[in-house]
Amino acid sequence: MVFEIPKTAYSGKIREVKLGSGEKAVTVGGETCYPLYLFEGEMPNLPKIAMEVWDMPPQDWAEAALEPFAGVTDDPVAWAKKCVEDYGAEMICLQLVSTDPNGLDRGADEAAEVVKKVADAIDVPLIVWGTANHEKDTEVLRKVCEVCRGKNLIIGPVEEGDHKRIGAAAIGYHHTVIASTPIDINLAKQLNILLGNLGVPDELIITDPTTSCIGYGIEYCYSVMERMRMAGLTQQDEKLQFPLICNISKEAWKTKEVHIPMEEDPKLGDAKKRGILLEAMSAMVLILAGGDVMIMRHPEAIKLVREVIAELTAS
Amino acid sequence: MPLTGIEIFKLLPKTNCKECGEPTCLAFAMKLAAGKAELNACPYVSEETKAKLMEAAAPPILPVTIGVGDRALKVGGETVMFRHEKRFENPPGFAILISDTMEEPEIDGRLERFNNLQYERIGLLLRPDLVAVRDDSGDAARFEAVVNEVKQNSECGIILMSSNPDTLAAGLKVCADRKPLLYAAIEENLERVADLAEGNSCPLAVKASSLEELAQLTAKLTDAGVKDIVIDSGSRTLRRAFEDQIIIRSVALTKKFRPLGFPTIVFPCEMTDDPMKEALIASIFVAKYGSIIVLSDFQGESLFPLLVERLNIYTDPQRPLATTEGVYEIGEPDENSPVLITCNFSLTYFIVSGEIEASRIPSYLLVKDTEGLSVMTAWAAGKFVADTIAPFVKECGIADMVKHRKLIIPGYAAAESGGLEEELAGWEIQVGPRDGAHIPAYLKSWKP
Repeated sequence: MVFEIPKTAYSGKIREVKLGSGEKAVTVGGETCYPLYLFEGEMPNLPKIAMEVWDMPPQDWAEAALEPFAGVTDDPVAWAKKCVEDYGAEMICLQLVSTDPNGLDRGADEAAEVVKKVADAIDVPLIVWGTANHEKDTEVLRKVCEVCRGKNLIIGPVEEGDHKRIGAAAIGYHHTVIASTPIDINLAKQLNILLGNLGVPDELIITDPTTSCIGYGIEYCYSVMERMRMAGLTQQDEKLQFPLICNISKEAWKTKEVHIPMEEDPKLGDAKKRGILLEAMSAMVLILAGGDVMIMRHPEAIKLVREVIAELTAS
Repeated sequence: MPLTGIEIFKLLPKTNCKECGEPTCLAFAMKLAAGKAELNACPYVSEETKAKLMEAAAPPILPVTIGVGDRALKVGGETVMFRHEKRFENPPGFAILISDTMEEPEIDGRLERFNNLQYERIGLLLRPDLVAVRDDSGDAARFEAVVNEVKQNSECGIILMSSNPDTLAAGLKVCADRKPLLYAAIEENLERVADLAEGNSCPLAVKASSLEELAQLTAKLTDAGVKDIVIDSGSRTLRRAFEDQIIIRSVALTKKFRPLGFPTIVFPCEMTDDPMKEALIASIFVAKYGSIIVLSDFQGESLFPLLVERLNIYTDPQRPLATTEGVYEIGEPDENSPVLITCNFSLTYFIVSGEIEASRIPSYLLVKDTEGLSVMTAWAAGKFVADTIAPFVKECGIADMVKHRKLIIPGYAAAESGGLEEELAGWEIQVGPRDGAHIPAYLKSWKP
């Protein structure tokens, strides 16, 4: 029985944004259809995964997440190189955890120095993620922009409260900004407009809708991201046509469910596999909602997601 | 897509006889369209019109129920492509596969896992739904024996899997009263399997090798009067199966194409041999339109995240999940432990309790009923203010559990601290952090 396959009426396209520089630069975005709806349009750049590196040794990571990085967690440069060389990372995300004013509160100069060393040691794009503390991020990320001029870093989170000063530094030293808003389509659009008014060119913006993992409100992120894609692709909303980045691994691995040993609750099964699946499934769900860049931690979770993306796009 | 009032009006006698109680046929048609009148109120409407209106009123994706009683699983009945447009209605069922060539200990183990792997979360019971028994032996007697074992050892809904109608009949002999899903009618056996389904009032799955063929088969079944149909497009590569799910949902909803307006069944278990990858594939079908998801096995590490994902995706966007009001003990608090209060939006509860747990400082968390609103929204709506918080703190019994009189309120409710100190005589109100992530640092420096 012949029937006509309905086709979504697309009128827009997600912007292509080039991250990093040189041979290993990565282009994201460019979709002309809903995520992985390849029978309706094109997805010239498949979702990419950035591997997470911390700028200080993690104190409370689950055993399973530490194991793949044994011996390098006290050295961000070695850690980043291991991700690229051993695990084939296409991008690195350096989380500047040490700068948290509620934690170690490391100063801007010292933090920027570490970023510079990591950036010099790798040839893949480098995402630098602050602590979402406006005063501190302004200080630290401005310094990072300056010290790493010419590297085309991807820096964030840039929020409404600190977008002017960080945005100005990003324009000045040519880095991409991560426009970050708390799970709200209107706020996301507004921040993109503000960044545009400030003079940040469209090709230097990607959007962080704020993400959480399975069990911790992923449904909100899922629907906000779907609505962003709908607005960008079918309603010609140019301020919602930026690629989406999801900082998901730190959410997945901090949940209490990944920290419970199997002996304590046998029904939850193997703790290592559970953590890997919680991370991989959360990433997969967000990719289905429109995520273009996933920041992930466990090499096995990354491998699984890559394999499944390959199968979803196999010709 | 239901008919409009005008479309219904065209089908009515247009005599304005008023016998239905309405002044005109048009008024009656409008009421019908709004669902405020019954067609039977019109004594003159023709049988043909009745049939047409019934057909038009049927949901675009028919709901199907598998199993009986407490464990009955209702799937289908979906009305939107995206959950934010309204909500997803009926969560997909997870099925565990049992082959009739498996040894007894293996079968027992699977049934035990099916029965045991259940989880409590915010007062809800999360559990899998179905056991699929597959005929691999080619021996109807063996199949029947395994089905019987499944039936005796679990209250589950059952899927009987065989392409041989005699084998399906053997399985039905022991479990017809459970209303199992018969899998599957294919072109070659269509009539016989349809007869079995009709004769035993069971739902029926149809399998084809393309969407076109599938539509052809369901059309035949519908003509023969079969209603409870589940569809399998036959695709076993991930890309095709994924695209089929989207096309089926969209053609049923946007084109109202009835031959594909049924719940679907998908088989991650036949798409990979790697259990981890299988779980990840299953997670895709939870979000993208699978109605029954058959897994090769259940293990806690994969079933638990899948069940939680299902809960999340199928949460009604208009009705946030709420946690029960009360005093929650985190760690093993004693009379000197901190006391925090928050609202009962379940996401807030999860985040706050998770951060308290991460701080490793045993604490009491008071959860105030704010009708599922988050702290800021509840505060703005007057549901998380001194007048409502104070009576709850007095009545919840926390005063008998701690020696001190210090209450930590969320940073976003700081404006209430004055009012609360007035209403709660003897209590010192402390303003905690705005962001849950700062709770551990706050608690670590807290002194009774």
